[in-house]
Amino acid sequence: MAKMLMKGNEALALAAIRGGCTHYFGYPITPQNEITEYLAREMPKAGRVFLQAESEIAAINMVVGASAAGGRVMTSSSSPGIALMQEGISGLAAAELPCVIVNVQRGGPGIGGIQPSQADYYQMTRGGGNGDYSILALAPATVQESAEMIRDAFQLADKYRSPVFIASDGMLGQMMEPVEFGDTQPTLMAEKPWAVVGHGGKRKPNTVKTLALDPLVLEEMNLARQKKYAQMIATEIRYENFQVDTAEIVLCAYGSTSRIVKNAIDLLGQEKIAAGLIRPQTLWPFPDAPFQNLSKKCRRVLCVEMSCGQMIDDVRLAVNGRLPVDFFGRTGGIIPAPEEIVGQVKLLLGRK
Amino acid sequence: MTVVFSKTPGLTENETHYCPGCTHGTIHRLVAEVLVELDLLEDTIGCGSVGCSVLSYNYLNVDMVESAHGRAPAVATGVKRVHPDKPVFTYQGDGDLASIGTAEIVHAAHRGEKITTIFVNNAIYGMTGGQMAPTTLIGQKVTTAPDGRDIAHSGMPLRMSEMLAQVPGSAYIERVSVHNPKAVRRAKRAIKKAFTYQMERKGFTMVEVLSTCPTGWGLSPIDSLKWLEENMIPYYPLKVFRSPEEDYPQ
Repeated sequence: MAKMLMKGNEALALAAIRGGCTHYFGYPITPQNEITEYLAREMPKAGRVFLQAESEIAAINMVVGASAAGGRVMTSSSSPGIALMQEGISGLAAAELPCVIVNVQRGGPGIGGIQPSQADYYQMTRGGGNGDYSILALAPATVQESAEMIRDAFQLADKYRSPVFIASDGMLGQMMEPVEFGDTQPTLMAEKPWAVVGHGGKRKPNTVKTLALDPLVLEEMNLARQKKYAQMIATEIRYENFQVDTAEIVLCAYGSTSRIVKNAIDLLGQEKIAAGLIRPQTLWPFPDAPFQNLSKKCRRVLCVEMSCGQMIDDVRLAVNGRLPVDFFGRTGGIIPAPEEIVGQVKLLLGRK
Repeated sequence: MTVVFSKTPGLTENETHYCPGCTHGTIHRLVAEVLVELDLLEDTIGCGSVGCSVLSYNYLNVDMVESAHGRAPAVATGVKRVHPDKPVFTYQGDGDLASIGTAEIVHAAHRGEKITTIFVNNAIYGMTGGQMAPTTLIGQKVTTAPDGRDIAHSGMPLRMSEMLAQVPGSAYIERVSVHNPKAVRRAKRAIKKAFTYQMERKGFTMVEVLSTCPTGWGLSPIDSLKWLEENMIPYYPLKVFRSPEEDYPQ
């Protein structure tokens, strides 16, 4: 298949169809509407189901029903919509129902704005809803990676019987880039003997539920889920190292911001300042290891986000006091410029 | 020896947790009997709700998925869109359907979702201990309206069947009761019609069943049946509000 020029949101949508998504439920919200509109147009042509829900709350609960019934299900939204979905997301994690949830982040809090943001890091990696649970969160930085991560997200969702986030943002969703889909067929869906499909008189009824009134039973269920999360931490962490080994300062950024940081690193190189980048591709589980194996050359770490500083918590936990960790960010929908990141690095390193 | 009566295979062997005199058990049984008689039991997928019937999946012998408070019609929509040819129902109380879940029930009806909703109305929050519901009658004393429901403060009780009958996607809406054997037989006929119309893909179907809550009402089981008849039925008339057999203005 030849390369196509597509918006990030449209590439996510097409990749979902190619990844075998059978059912999509969504509610309009900017800046992710291209996903919903693309799927409204293309899902029926592919023999799949698109349905516009009356709210994000309904959309995520339709995801619950369709996933429980054995579908390969996706929804998408943007920050305030994801906040509305959190009850359902907690329920999906608790009921161990696979699905993919795309979050094209915009500025907050509250209704906020519609420009790009990364201020949902907490919302996606700190639970967001009630209870002890974690959600795998994949963070693409290009349109190509958006397409590839959607495909992987469906597989991971089935593998772990778990919701999976795609952490995009308004810039990545709206920008156009060449993208190639390859000729791979969607992976087969996992067998789902737990799904509610009618017992057919052949087995006891299946029940998909999360209620556990006996605290000992609930604790056992929580501990079982923690084992699953431990396996995710052991096997699913992804990150990219860019010029880290020679760097005297290592920057950490994900998604769109990581690309601006790479530009800043190039500019710094022209001034003989060696900087590198650790780019988490999974926000949860967070890649601790690269921060624990930094070379002796590295003097400090700078976390750059389109937020007031959220991922920096995980960077500090990973660095664990070995080096100073600083923050630079723009918020409210402002995209940081490479020059201001360069300025911040020079300030931290005491260079003119 | 001839067996003249046996438990329906539509129910499991589990004992219910319902209070003595509560009519949830009767309504469960009607749903179970209807599914068996229509030969739908093996294919049926149920969506539970939050409230006293939260554990209905322990008693109904069908595949079931739990739903968050009020969200069963959305969950059922998801199930039905995966299995459009299978019978799908929700089983919801009045706190669940008429309060926190109004958006979901209205829009499931609005889409003409081919599901059946069993709406159990006992005019109170039973599970949480007797608080005011949207359906609580004027003057009815409940823990969050200790002097009785006051219209100026909390409005009039909400009539969901009347409201949903106005929604174009609704195919069949009937309110029934289970306060005496005659009413129980009528309730069963209504539930049977609802599932039949669902399988005929007529649109959204709902049977509202007036039900007792002796514990929440502070009455004996017998007095509860009487209270239902004397107080609920005058405000919540038993009738067919919408049927595919009648034409409605578009």
